Amino acid sequence: MKNHLKTIPEKGFTRREFLKSSSGVALFIGVSGLLPQMISCKDTKGIKEQLEKHEITAWVQITEDGEITIFNPAAEMGQGSMTALPLLFAEEMDADWSRVKVEFSPQESAIYGSEGWVPGSKLMFTVGSRTTKSYYPVMRKAGAEARYILRHSAAELWGVPLSETSTKNSEVIHEVSGKKLGYGELVPHLKLPENMPDISESDLKKQKDFQLVGKYIPRTEIPSKTDGSAQFAIDILMPEMVYAVLERGNLHGATPTLLNEVEILAQDGVLQLVPFDYAVGIVAKSLEQVLQAKKLLKIEWSESQATGFNSQEVYTSYENIAGQGKKGRIINEMGSVENAARSASKSYTADFKNDYVYHAQMEPLNAIIQVAEDGQSAEVWVGSQQGPDTKLGVPDILGIAPEKVNVHLQYLGGGFGRRSMNDFVEECAEIAKVMAPKPVKLIWTREDDVGYGAFRPLSLQRLKASVDNTGNITGFSHCVIGDGGHLVASGARNDHYNIPNQLVEWRSASHGVRLKHWRAVGHGPNKFAIESMLDEIAYQQNMDPVALRRKLMADSPRALATLEKVAEISDWNGPTKEGRAKGVSFVEHGSLGTGVCEISVDQNTGKIKVHHFWIALDAGIVVQPDNVKAQMEGGVIMGMSSVLKEQITIKDGRVQQSNYHNYPLLRMEDIPDSIETVLIDSNEIPEGVGETATPMVAGAIANAFLKLTGKRLRHIPFTSERVLAALNS
Amino acid sequence: MPTYSLRINTEIYEVTVPEGTPLLWVLREHLELTGTKYSCGIAQCGTCTIHVDGRPAKACVLPIEGVANGEEIKTIEGLSESADHPVQKAWIEEQVPQCGYCQSGQIMQAAALLKQNPNPSREEIKRYMSPVMCRCGTYIRILKAIERASETTNL
Ligand code: FES
Ligand code: FES
Repeated sequence: MKNHLKTIPEKGFTRREFLKSSSGVALFIGVSGLLPQMISCKDTKGIKEQLEKHEITAWVQITEDGEITIFNPAAEMGQGSMTALPLLFAEEMDADWSRVKVEFSPQESAIYGSEGWVPGSKLMFTVGSRTTKSYYPVMRKAGAEARYILRHSAAELWGVPLSETSTKNSEVIHEVSGKKLGYGELVPHLKLPENMPDISESDLKKQKDFQLVGKYIPRTEIPSKTDGSAQFAIDILMPEMVYAVLERGNLHGATPTLLNEVEILAQDGVLQLVPFDYAVGIVAKSLEQVLQAKKLLKIEWSESQATGFNSQEVYTSYENIAGQGKKGRIINEMGSVENAARSASKSYTADFKNDYVYHAQMEPLNAIIQVAEDGQSAEVWVGSQQGPDTKLGVPDILGIAPEKVNVHLQYLGGGFGRRSMNDFVEECAEIAKVMAPKPVKLIWTREDDVGYGAFRPLSLQRLKASVDNTGNITGFSHCVIGDGGHLVASGARNDHYNIPNQLVEWRSASHGVRLKHWRAVGHGPNKFAIESMLDEIAYQQNMDPVALRRKLMADSPRALATLEKVAEISDWNGPTKEGRAKGVSFVEHGSLGTGVCEISVDQNTGKIKVHHFWIALDAGIVVQPDNVKAQMEGGVIMGMSSVLKEQITIKDGRVQQSNYHNYPLLRMEDIPDSIETVLIDSNEIPEGVGETATPMVAGAIANAFLKLTGKRLRHIPFTSERVLAALNS
Repeated sequence: MPTYSLRINTEIYEVTVPEGTPLLWVLREHLELTGTKYSCGIAQCGTCTIHVDGRPAKACVLPIEGVANGEEIKTIEGLSESADHPVQKAWIEEQVPQCGYCQSGQIMQAAALLKQNPNPSREEIKRYMSPVMCRCGTYIRILKAIERASETTNL
């Protein structure tokens, strides 16, 4: 049936094998990532292509003609790690960027991990918008080490003091004698210093000397994403590969009873049924066969914790929880909001709500796993945000040691937090174990992905503010009610608003619905609540929303600078077209950003149109300015999509949506005319940018709506019905 | 199982699959033309957009028997000889893709637009491109890239 299938997965050596087998020389990578022993570079004959790339360190290889391969330790899901991290390395190595190629590093966290997530332990994660920040010191130091080895080798060769050598654009230079050697030319003379000095911050380049960082550098993997050649896990094809799907239903946690096992097993191509606690797995020879069999399944589902749960009715109980006297878990407390309330001349209270949202990463979840015939090792092809430290749960399922599991990271067709969960990899491992040694491709259909999604939780936020007789906000309390702890509570703190008395608390709820980090996590709902509340106060006090924030940010100059800048580029004080209004919103999520949008509202349909969006961002040192702007554009679009359109609803525990027809995303017809970003100059270390724009959007739109109509939008998404209800209120 | 003969990107392929199999699975899982992507399977997202006789079509809802009668199928792999179609070049110049997963569909849709209408207005671009979704939110750059491609070429 399959005509001329060939193996597409990466061929040849994994780097691990390569290091073991090179030239028969005993090679060993120390924890520092340095090779104590170099390859004998004269002996290139008969060595495969990979072996023509010579190790400088574990991070970089060079061919004799000067082609440089730098290893990227982070997942690439469109955020630009495939460029930003190698660029930092190349900057310190003084590599000629036009000769640089980038490959994923092996999944070996002892060498390629960063301590940026958990100090003291090296991890490889791609979460929380912290890749660039976490790897900034790692990549720079590693690049500087490579440069040191190259300089040292040249100095030895020329018999000159190391201190007299310098580097530029892939060359070592001895100014005194006028000698120069390209990095490639140095390959036969590479020599590891006896004592590798510890590279410290002062050995690294100063910001003013950067040649690559902060410049316009096209992303390395973009060409492959314009001709269909970029490989995602779902594209992997292997000889003898079989296909697996699971039917999980749409009542999370329910247990299936299969009623027509015999009928299913008799279907064309069906090879196996694999039971799961929460699903029925089917394996067949082809994708079309396995999907056909899935359609025929007759399953009786048990009840689950979620049975009886109705998402749109739960807010009433959340309001009751918010009204109870007993506080929940305190997330931040400063001064006394009670005292502030007692001496207030005005008090404000408002509830803000948000429905469940779904990740909708365009590449459905999938994995390919091949377990060896003896069950003692496995190869995994996957797009994952999760580092390799747990080998994605595969070793536990197979009962083998982690080093027996080889993870081949592929490009991710979107992550947004969903691919930091391993459920889909574990399912594939369970099935691959049964099917060994056949490789198994497990695919979640879009219906599976929606119905058994892991959503950003719904929540309710009750905000209370106290204002004194001079118009200052003296107390601000924020009570979050919802399931998932950090998933609902992140972003509820105000670290950049100078309000003397503050309280942030979380009160829990539990519904048996699967939940997960969704781009910016709790920041979306919480920043919406905080920023809307500020504008409601400003509106009542007859204050300009920017002026109000200017006062609050007086002690936070970096945040204030983003506010001033965005007010300037959006012409905040200037006239606005008839029927339009602007709204402002501030977010801190690693980087600091203030956004302004301009909207209009169709009074008949209730449709909100966003015309422009402006952002001023302080992200510290910006490694790739154009990419940061792309992240702002994408973040705003995803924010608009979630705020204006997206809604998962649950009735009697069952997810009501199943695919894009009833979970629509924003399309091109609804984009703003422009999204403009200004990056504020900074010499602070880089901060994450992937999740700063998205949580700005709800507040900015609601605030523009308040200015335009005098009405409030306090429940996301702002569907037409909710907008019309607000207009008619 | 019947055998079908397909004309794809100047080649003829023979494939034996059940009647009704969506062209998308044939392209991706049988013929190794994995540049065309799956995302919804119900003609909602446009990720699987290809050309059939020069017009954009969604491969996930095309049963194989409907495109095995000499129809000319073009996928991203066959859009240009060396990835140098004006739309592809503009895509790189404008640095459009993020995760990249939707981009084959976007590019095929854009190429079809410019063939029909070499100088589309902004509104025409938005309307024509709306069937293809992008979760990463690259729409602003897609718009700019199409404008660039339409300015720089006579297609
Ligand atoms: S996969 Fe064909 S339109 Fe979505
Ligand atoms: S680039 Fe990721 S979905 Fe479009």
